[in-house]
Amino acid sequence: MELMLLGCLLQILGGLIALAVRDNNKASLTANLSVWLGCALAAIPVISVLSGNSINPVRLEWSLTGSQLVFGLDTLSAFFCLPFLVISPLAAMYGRSYLGNPERRLGSHWLFFNLLVASMLLLLTAQNVIMFIIVWEVMAVSSFFLVMHDHEQEKVRKAGWTYLIATHIGTIALLVFFAILGSETHSLDFGGIIANRKMIVHTGALFVLAIFGFGVKAGFFPLHVWLPEAHPAAPSHVSALMSGVMIKTGIYGILRTITLIGYTDAYLGWALVIIGIISGVTGVVFALAQHDLKRLLAYHSVENIGIITIGIGVGVLGIAWKLPALVFLGFGGGLLHVLNHALFKSLLFLGAGAVSHGTGTLDIELLGGLLKKMRWTAWTFLIGAAAIAGLPPFNGFISEFYIYFAGISGVRAFTPGPIILAAFVMVSLALIGGLAVACFSKAFGIVFLGEARTTKAANVHEADLQMLTPMVILAGLCVLIGLAAPLTVYLVKAPLGTLAGSDGFDFTGIMHHTRTVFGYVALIFGILYIISLVFYLIKKLLPRANQVSTTGTWDCGYAAPTARMQYTASSFAQPLTELFRSLLRTRKTSSRIKGYFPANTEFHTETPDVAKEGIFAPIFRLINNRISPLRQMQHGNLSGYLLYIAITLIVLLIWKAGF
Amino acid sequence: MNALAVLLILSCLLILGSSRPRVAIQVVAVQGIFLGLLPILRSWEHLTAGIWIVGISGLVFKGILLPWLMQNVLQRTGIQKETAPYVSFGTSLLLGIVLLALSAWIAVNLQLPADASPVLTAMAMFLVLVGLFLMMSRRKAIMQTLAYLVMENGVYALGVSISLEFPYLVELGILLDIFVGVFLMGNLLFHLDRELQHTDVDKMTELSDLQTISSEPGRDA
Repeated sequence: MELMLLGCLLQILGGLIALAVRDNNKASLTANLSVWLGCALAAIPVISVLSGNSINPVRLEWSLTGSQLVFGLDTLSAFFCLPFLVISPLAAMYGRSYLGNPERRLGSHWLFFNLLVASMLLLLTAQNVIMFIIVWEVMAVSSFFLVMHDHEQEKVRKAGWTYLIATHIGTIALLVFFAILGSETHSLDFGGIIANRKMIVHTGALFVLAIFGFGVKAGFFPLHVWLPEAHPAAPSHVSALMSGVMIKTGIYGILRTITLIGYTDAYLGWALVIIGIISGVTGVVFALAQHDLKRLLAYHSVENIGIITIGIGVGVLGIAWKLPALVFLGFGGGLLHVLNHALFKSLLFLGAGAVSHGTGTLDIELLGGLLKKMRWTAWTFLIGAAAIAGLPPFNGFISEFYIYFAGISGVRAFTPGPIILAAFVMVSLALIGGLAVACFSKAFGIVFLGEARTTKAANVHEADLQMLTPMVILAGLCVLIGLAAPLTVYLVKAPLGTLAGSDGFDFTGIMHHTRTVFGYVALIFGILYIISLVFYLIKKLLPRANQVSTTGTWDCGYAAPTARMQYTASSFAQPLTELFRSLLRTRKTSSRIKGYFPANTEFHTETPDVAKEGIFAPIFRLINNRISPLRQMQHGNLSGYLLYIAITLIVLLIWKAGF
Repeated sequence: MNALAVLLILSCLLILGSSRPRVAIQVVAVQGIFLGLLPILRSWEHLTAGIWIVGISGLVFKGILLPWLMQNVLQRTGIQKETAPYVSFGTSLLLGIVLLALSAWIAVNLQLPADASPVLTAMAMFLVLVGLFLMMSRRKAIMQTLAYLVMENGVYALGVSISLEFPYLVELGILLDIFVGVFLMGNLLFHLDRELQHTDVDKMTELSDLQTISSEPGRDA
């Protein structure tokens, strides 16, 4: 455990040194080295805990009476540490090359980057309410500064403020949550809260607050509004870190709440399942309508958080109904999807970063044909896209399969509840999966296939080795987890001990069953890879393999085709977005066609976020209208301000003397 | 003792009615000397080294050093006269009398330690209120600094009137703070005057970053 804290300390120290160093290259290198070393040190206790050992928490005295500063690792924390420890160093490595050596100094960027990494690790180990909130805030604020990296741009500043406001609304809910929890259990330590959990009265209210507070960070619909703003604004390695791992702290918070309160009623499970389904479906539908690659990916984060939440909800229902199969498969699928989503979402954001680095734009409609010039980026992006869409033979398929499998085993329980659940979960997962495939066919197809639509896309260059290495490693992990599917049952078994350990479930039967099924799945994957390899070799060995001929792509008898005649992303997605138009409310602007041979015409669509436009904007407008008269008090006149002080003073004096 | 308090009150009224900063500074200097004498006179029978230090240092700082600093600033910036105060000098005097009544009422009604003198407390309260009032009602920044000094004098007098066990180290620390404060304000005033050609507080909204607040365009140097 000391190693973990030492690692975090090292990261913070490295960030501070990077801030002090004048030279950008040296600053990046220092920050990178400290992140790598810190994560390597932290990995030792994490692996030890996951392999079944328990380690002693670090207890420190601090000035706060009645509580101890405890840092500890249980299996749940350790499992969540895994993606954090994998993604952070890779993102740092990528960032070093992505940021390059601009005019401005990068010291502050690296300081906040290292602070973010360290605070996320500390958050997972903090076992005291006060410390938890402190590192939660450090995490929020440092990621805010990372989002604001390109603060010269109006758009980025706006995104940063949206994020800051959203995250603090969440924090308010969490403060209330912890205050009620602490006052009802008379303890601010996690251990003490668990010991006194029978004294909790307002369980329902506590869960509502926790789901709201942590849901803002995780990105539940409709609390997700900051995601599609902040992720496109941030530098790509920061988006990868934030979308890949930081939003998972919200999921961790909800799981931690379940272990703290121990409230496992069917209502909570249903609530989580429904929240998950809503987030999942709306996330992917909005992703379909986006033109900006990173914005599209941000909406997919909402979708995947939805899938994770469905899994957790199924697990909670399993506890409530005493069905170990649902517990294992639900929680297992949710947790594994946390890890998997971290891998492929970071991979996709890094790929998007390579595209924007190479072309200078993220607008899908301006790209095209990148496959020829960016081979590595394109192939790793394709693996990530297939994985996120839940297609075999990659890791996304495995974790979604867990949840499907939970649905199937629910049907076999032959009671109404699980059967309804199974119908809900399987239908919505199928819908999400299908739409995700459509969305990534659009994203990959328009960006990487076809012909370059603009000169920007034509003059693209491949990312350098330092940017490609993390992407290749992540893609490799996506493939590896797909092939190692049977072994994942042992991986997800560990955190289940913390989540459902006290309920006395016996998971051996379902574990064995799952392992057998995944054994077949992995076998099929292996055969698939072998067949693909054989086909590839046959094609290579054929005499015509190396002949290259160039012709116009869409000739069809037309004499002068241009790249602008290609299918666009909007038209590709149009049948589906039309289907969901009541939800999307896409704004279309077009000029009327005049004459028989119209020369210039235009068509433009924009899909604003329905939650932002429909829920938050009216609320904030109302608040603003109500309190703006107060702004007249802040007129900037010094004498006026002094008058306020004088009036306050005199009123206080008279009050004190007279009554 | 009470005569000293009355003199201090009168000196405040004099500041309220005077339009020339030079006069006001001189009055504040006299106030400082009186205040320095106050703790010494108050415990004439059993004087200790601590009280001597508090009294003498108060006298030196408030009566000599700070007024000299202010005079210096006045000469360097060449401010002559408070031309258009928010509240005219006549009204100020009338309001001063209201404030005096208010502070007397507060001093009588406030629960004070047994050995505190109500007259001194009323005087101290009056000094504080007049300081605040001057700060609000005058336009020239130098008058604001003076007002700050008057208010500070009031706090000092309150300390003396309520208890003599006021630890003199704290008292000396406060004196040093005020000295640094006035020194900085003087310097700031000088630079403001050089940059903006005026030291009117109502026009200092020009310095604000917020464009919406500044009402009139800046008069650049």
